[in-house]
Amino acid sequence: MSSPPRSSDPRLTVAAAEPLSANALEDRLDEILDPVLSTRRTATRLAEAVAPLPREHQDFVLHWVAVIARTNPEMAYQFAAAAPQALARLDLASAEAWIIEAMDTYDRDGLYRGSAVFKNVGEFARLSRGTAAAVSFEDVAQVLQLFICGLSGRRLRLDTAARPHTDTETLFLPPSIALLPRREENFFIYKAMATLLWAQGRFGTFNVDLDAACAGYSDPERALDLLNTLETVRLEACIARALPGLAREMQKLHAGQLPDSRCAVLATPAATISDSVALLAQVYADMAPVHYSYTPVLQPERAAAVRKARLAKEKSEFQSALAQLLEEKDNSAVPPQPAERFSIQASGLPAGNGNASHELMLDGKPVAPPENVSQLMDSILQDLGEIPDDYLVAAGDGGYRQNRRDEHDPADVWKGVYHEEGAFFYNEWDCKRRHYRKNWCVLRELGVLPGNADFVDATLAKYAPQVAQLKRTFELLRGEDKLLKKQPNGDDIDLDAVIAAYADMKSGMELSDRLLTKRHKSERDLAVMLMVDMSGSTKGWINDAEREAVIMLCEALEVLGDRYAIYGFSGITRKRCEIFRIKRFDEPYDTAVKSRIAGIQPQDYTRMGAAIRHLTTLLNQIEARTKLLITLSDGKPDDYSDHYRGEYGIEDTRQALIEAHRAGVKPFCITIDREARDYLPHLYGPVNWTLVDEVARLPLKVADIYRRLAT
Amino acid sequence: MPGQIAPLHTKVLDADARLIEAEPYYEPLGGEIALFEAAYASQIPVLLKGPTGCGKTRFMEYMAWRLKRPLITVSCHDDLTASDLVGRYLITNNETVWIDGPLARAVRCGGICYLDEVVEARKDTTVVIHPLADDRRILPMEKRGELLQAPREFVLTMSYNPGYQSVLKGLKQSTRQRFIAIEFGYPAADLEKKIIITETGLDAQSADKLIKLAHMTRNLKGNGLDEGASTRLLVHAAKLMARGIAPRTACSGAIAEALSDDPEMLRAINELASSLF
Repeated sequence: MSSPPRSSDPRLTVAAAEPLSANALEDRLDEILDPVLSTRRTATRLAEAVAPLPREHQDFVLHWVAVIARTNPEMAYQFAAAAPQALARLDLASAEAWIIEAMDTYDRDGLYRGSAVFKNVGEFARLSRGTAAAVSFEDVAQVLQLFICGLSGRRLRLDTAARPHTDTETLFLPPSIALLPRREENFFIYKAMATLLWAQGRFGTFNVDLDAACAGYSDPERALDLLNTLETVRLEACIARALPGLAREMQKLHAGQLPDSRCAVLATPAATISDSVALLAQVYADMAPVHYSYTPVLQPERAAAVRKARLAKEKSEFQSALAQLLEEKDNSAVPPQPAERFSIQASGLPAGNGNASHELMLDGKPVAPPENVSQLMDSILQDLGEIPDDYLVAAGDGGYRQNRRDEHDPADVWKGVYHEEGAFFYNEWDCKRRHYRKNWCVLRELGVLPGNADFVDATLAKYAPQVAQLKRTFELLRGEDKLLKKQPNGDDIDLDAVIAAYADMKSGMELSDRLLTKRHKSERDLAVMLMVDMSGSTKGWINDAEREAVIMLCEALEVLGDRYAIYGFSGITRKRCEIFRIKRFDEPYDTAVKSRIAGIQPQDYTRMGAAIRHLTTLLNQIEARTKLLITLSDGKPDDYSDHYRGEYGIEDTRQALIEAHRAGVKPFCITIDREARDYLPHLYGPVNWTLVDEVARLPLKVADIYRRLAT
Repeated sequence: MPGQIAPLHTKVLDADARLIEAEPYYEPLGGEIALFEAAYASQIPVLLKGPTGCGKTRFMEYMAWRLKRPLITVSCHDDLTASDLVGRYLITNNETVWIDGPLARAVRCGGICYLDEVVEARKDTTVVIHPLADDRRILPMEKRGELLQAPREFVLTMSYNPGYQSVLKGLKQSTRQRFIAIEFGYPAADLEKKIIITETGLDAQSADKLIKLAHMTRNLKGNGLDEGASTRLLVHAAKLMARGIAPRTACSGAIAEALSDDPEMLRAINELASSLF
């Protein structure tokens, strides 16, 4: 991740490096923060607090106040208020991390939570002390995600929170760690934290009601803290058995000593959370809670809520899976005696994950459950330690449907858990912050209201001579399996060549070694995605030209045999990005597609970043050696709000194109905007775009451009 | 002689009749040996399915040894043509001479023809095995105008990995429905441990850890890995470890780097390995 420019506003840096006076600062802050200032709330105090800082810090503050104010002026005010205190504790790099953390929180949870991060600079500073060696969550998230996924059967998500804890489905880790002098050591703290949180779920910390267990003590909070210490001892012993290498490193951080000799009982393999709870009563009076650098906190309420929801869901899923097994076995929709046919037998043999495996029995015989059912069993065993009898009643597949919608978590989109229906989430690049706004754009795929297919026929009639020529040109380009003769190596003998060579030899001439034939396949392995601008500005004759151009291109592509898809894009604001399906890759070019092309109508704005990201994803599901993303556009990226117009939009689009390029997609832009020279080279590079400055010629040019591009 | 390396004595294997003399080490996973023998006796071709490195080829060697038939292996690739399998004319001494391809050789000598990774071959290639794979059991050799009738001893087998097939590379129904299919998976933990120890002589404790690591990477399948670590990779790592390479180095070289090129995935696998060893 690149770091933002620190030099800030050029108007300020060209001046000498003298600190700015309080008055000068006040003027600048007044200007930026105007919307949230009033007679009672002025910038005077802010300016006075910033004035004593060195010039470099002042510039930093002013730069970020301006950047944040573009998103939300109130956040900018909160930042300005907290900045002097923060800069006393953090260096500029970690102050930036702090700002990004606050802005991410704002994007996700709103103003209240976002400004809370600015106010709690102390909490942030505690975790990111000694910053050169700081490791941020973003640096490690991907590796830890894979690490945890490798450890566990259950899929766990990672997210940030000020204090590390888990709700049993998500592991919350601090946004950055800088407790130790070296980066590797700080990464290790992350790893140890994540492993302990994983172990809390894996080894059943939440299998009893922790709040109830601590409620009887005079200070329940201290009791919970102490219980956390005891659990850490127990879980570390579990980790030592499962992951000895990791446990060795963890012990180095606390010299391998138990916090209290009475804890030894917890290190035995048979110890469970109940033993920790029982021990808590004995040691509550005289043992102090111990915190290692990697010790997480317990948040029983959140864990209990998530666990309860999961148990209910998994019970019904398990039961309907059993019903399905019965159905498969009996071939009857309604099993006559659903109860008491299933049982569970602990097989005694240790399974791959280290604990005793359980076998599912049907009518006294073991059945092999499908993969998803055995994962489900695994998950239930983790939560309950057994599969209770009431789970073993096959139930109809009704059950838990009503909550299905809630499961469409934004994070799941990335894992490809569901594809159709509902929305896709895409990150957006904020050039000012030089960071992605996570899951910022909501994109939906919509159908196109079919138009009158006569439009297609009319177009083909209008351009009849050109179409005929087009077809001839493209037919020549079509790749075919050719038989190459007179080859030095190949599959078969070229008898003509042999005879000629024989004759040559008899007449004393030199013998050719090119006597074989070879089949040469010149398959075109190309997939084209055509992305059509459907913004409001295309209204009128531009739209007509666009539709005609699409038709001409389709005719050419049909002759050529390349795979292609056509999508339109438009939308208004980040919450309504829209992609219009005109032709999917697997659809033939038929009447339905033709009438959809005729139905391309101008809609709203052009938030190009999200559209490019979505179509790149679609394109990447296609197997092809070359993948082309051709944009047909009439102007700059633009949107109704969010400052998408101008630099922000251009930079986001550029970032999306860079991502596409990295994913192996070649972007190309055909535009009719005469000002395109000013910004398209920046977006697509010097050669990957072309300007058709006469709209009327667009239909004639497009196929020609494609020919140059793809042959 | 300085500056010269004496040629090593390399054994040239006879491609025509490669009889396997020593018993290959093979641990049965289930009833696959009986199934194969029954199929062989009934003259039905066999399709082996399973991820890479789980023992498909070893199983074929074992069966060839057991049935005392030569094993002729063809590794399929996307330029493999029908004439590569059946045979072709070459020119020697002023005349064209017919040279049998591996499939024709196997038919003539009543051997086991094993087409490894058959989906990699071009679609038109797989069609030439059709008449051989049903009850006709004939191999038409168009160029010679001959029909070869396969003897009772001949059997056609092929392998494919259903896991990583792209949309372009599937097995046609008309091909796959001529075969009896045996599915191979990774062996259960205790069996896999036995295999590692027998193949490499590694101590039981390290073998346990290797198997745990394998299960962890298999958890990652679909989350950035196309396949988890196969038994073959475990054997490689175990061989390195048995020769005194530090376990973390051995796992990094034999498992992590063999599975992925993605730096984050490599790091995650190395972290998993270092958590175990």
